[in-house]
Amino acid sequence: MQNTLVEQNSPPVDLKPRMSLAWVGKAFLIALSLLIVYLLGTNLAKNPSLFANIILSGLQMGFVYAMIALGYTMVYGIVKLINFAHGDVFMVGAFVSYYLVYRFNFQNWPALFFPDMPPMVVVVIGTISVIIIAMIVCVLLATTIERVAYKPLRNAPRIAALITAIGVSFFLEFFGALNFVFSPRFIPYTRPFEVVAWYIDGSGIHSIVAGTQPPANAITFSNIFLIIMIVSILVQIFLQFLVKQTKMGIAMRAVSYDKPTARLMGINVDQVISFTFAIGAAFAGLGGVLYAIAYSSINTQMGILPGLKAFVAAVLGGIGSIPGAFVGALIMGQAEALTMGFISTPMRDAVAFAILIIVLLVRPTGIFGEPENEKA
Amino acid sequence: MLLDVKNLNVYYGAIHALQGISFHIEEGEIVSLIGANGAGKSTTLRTISGILRPRSGSVHFKGEDITTTPAEQIVRRGISHVPEGRKIFAPLTVRENLEMGAYTRDDPDEIQKSMDRVFVSFPRLKERLNQLGGTLSGGEQQMLATGRGMMSKPSLILLDEPSMGLSPILVEEIFNIIKEINSQGTSILLVEQNALMALSISNRAYVLETGRIVLEGNADDIKNNPQVKSAYLGI
Ligand SMILES: Nc1ncnc2c1ncn2[C@@H]1O[C@H](COP(=O)(O)OP(=O)(O)OP(=O)(O)O)[C@@H](O)[C@H]1O
Ligand SMILES: [Mg+2]
Repeated sequence: MQNTLVEQNSPPVDLKPRMSLAWVGKAFLIALSLLIVYLLGTNLAKNPSLFANIILSGLQMGFVYAMIALGYTMVYGIVKLINFAHGDVFMVGAFVSYYLVYRFNFQNWPALFFPDMPPMVVVVIGTISVIIIAMIVCVLLATTIERVAYKPLRNAPRIAALITAIGVSFFLEFFGALNFVFSPRFIPYTRPFEVVAWYIDGSGIHSIVAGTQPPANAITFSNIFLIIMIVSILVQIFLQFLVKQTKMGIAMRAVSYDKPTARLMGINVDQVISFTFAIGAAFAGLGGVLYAIAYSSINTQMGILPGLKAFVAAVLGGIGSIPGAFVGALIMGQAEALTMGFISTPMRDAVAFAILIIVLLVRPTGIFGEPENEKA
Repeated sequence: MLLDVKNLNVYYGAIHALQGISFHIEEGEIVSLIGANGAGKSTTLRTISGILRPRSGSVHFKGEDITTTPAEQIVRRGISHVPEGRKIFAPLTVRENLEMGAYTRDDPDEIQKSMDRVFVSFPRLKERLNQLGGTLSGGEQQMLATGRGMMSKPSLILLDEPSMGLSPILVEEIFNIIKEINSQGTSILLVEQNALMALSISNRAYVLETGRIVLEGNADDIKNNPQVKSAYLGI
């Protein structure tokens, strides 16, 4: 009786300001969506093949962002840390492959040992070896960073680890920019294999002869586009399998939910956290190599923008959610490509961060995210 | 002696939660730890399972010193801790929760056998294998927590208030299951609000009061002790 009285007397929670904000947000979003649909529609009608080419270039970026975003979202899921050094791990992956290919011609190693091997097979095995070494270096780097910089702060306030992550990120960028490390220059990237492009027009698929232009209204795509798309989808499937089906994956989810209880089960929490960093780094490294092959120029700051955009993608999809990171990354790729194609190239980055602000205002938990648990 | 706890002192910051407690468990026993809220019962279990480090004192299990052994390794030695408040992994299914209970084990056939044993004790869990832990009712979560604790095949199981939130019929059932687990060779350290029930299935008991053991003896003697009767049994 006493209790109910107290409850009745306490002032009702005032929901009005939040509701009106949500309403403004919704109206704004609807207006924005209509504008976007109108812009896209007119452009599609005007030049369908240009539109398709832009969508394809957006897909290529989106699939690269997806490989980076997975690492952000998994690490956040398990230690609630936004690992800002993640984009720089991506950069290191690209540089490792650059040295292997440019300095050591490493993609050719199978030919040295097996002279009779067909060149096509040499290229495939050689490139895969380059990628694997880059991934391993990234894994070692990220697990070292975790051990040295983040683990000692595991019980400190979250902001301490976040600031450390930003520090590590700057360190990697500026240490890498030293002349005796990677140097601050933009370096033309030597590809381990040639990029081959095709175009599709009314009469079918044709390869593009080097130095010539495809016809004006053809849709073009390249082997590196296909590779990025397939690899990124395979990575997604692999992670889904890992997290849902394997003992390690279940342990990752258990650790993410409740660390002390996970320890009571016999789970080595430190090991699971290291493993999570390692997986994220491996795919960032993989993304770094493929990005370098696709865009053929590398620099120690190359990880910053893709890293930040992948981070926005992870937030957009719902940070902590693996499918969310993937979907968010594809949306980011499209937003960027469409902005470049139909608005202006310099606007591409502004749009990416505008998306971040809109998501944080309208739906901070992202597309797949669930509202944060009060007690967590 | 299966478990030997000597002169444990445990602090939370400045709070001296355990003030030099000593007790032991023999192989095959059910031992109860009773005491008022805040007496330090859960703290004792957390220290044994390695979640907390004592400032001084020691814990020996099967003759080995496990005072500073990390929690994740203590499970492998054969101690399973079913914590207070169930602590089910809410986003994991019932099956996955049970699999995490068997994290230290590798043989899938043996794990399946343990799981089947859990289903004999808690048939309800079998019906809900693919349901998320967080969507189980409170009583079902308690069953899952106890079942999960059995999955590591422990030789000693620490149960922290296993009857909490259960209906009277289920309380009876869970005590029967505890007896059954014990009869199959697992020793049990039992912490219970329901002291009368706990004492009725225990061999021995310790009474804890603000971090000290104030009384120990056979469960029957403790049950008939006038002070215990008025303070904990409500008789
Ligand atoms: N994390 C903590 N930080 C500070 N003090 C704590 C913490 N956990 C427990 N305590 C204190 O230690 C003492 C013993 O707590 P404990 O949880 O062991 O009691 P308990 O006997 O299990 O009680 P209950 O029957 O209510 O579960 C209490 O005074 C409690 O307030
Ligand atoms: Mg307690």
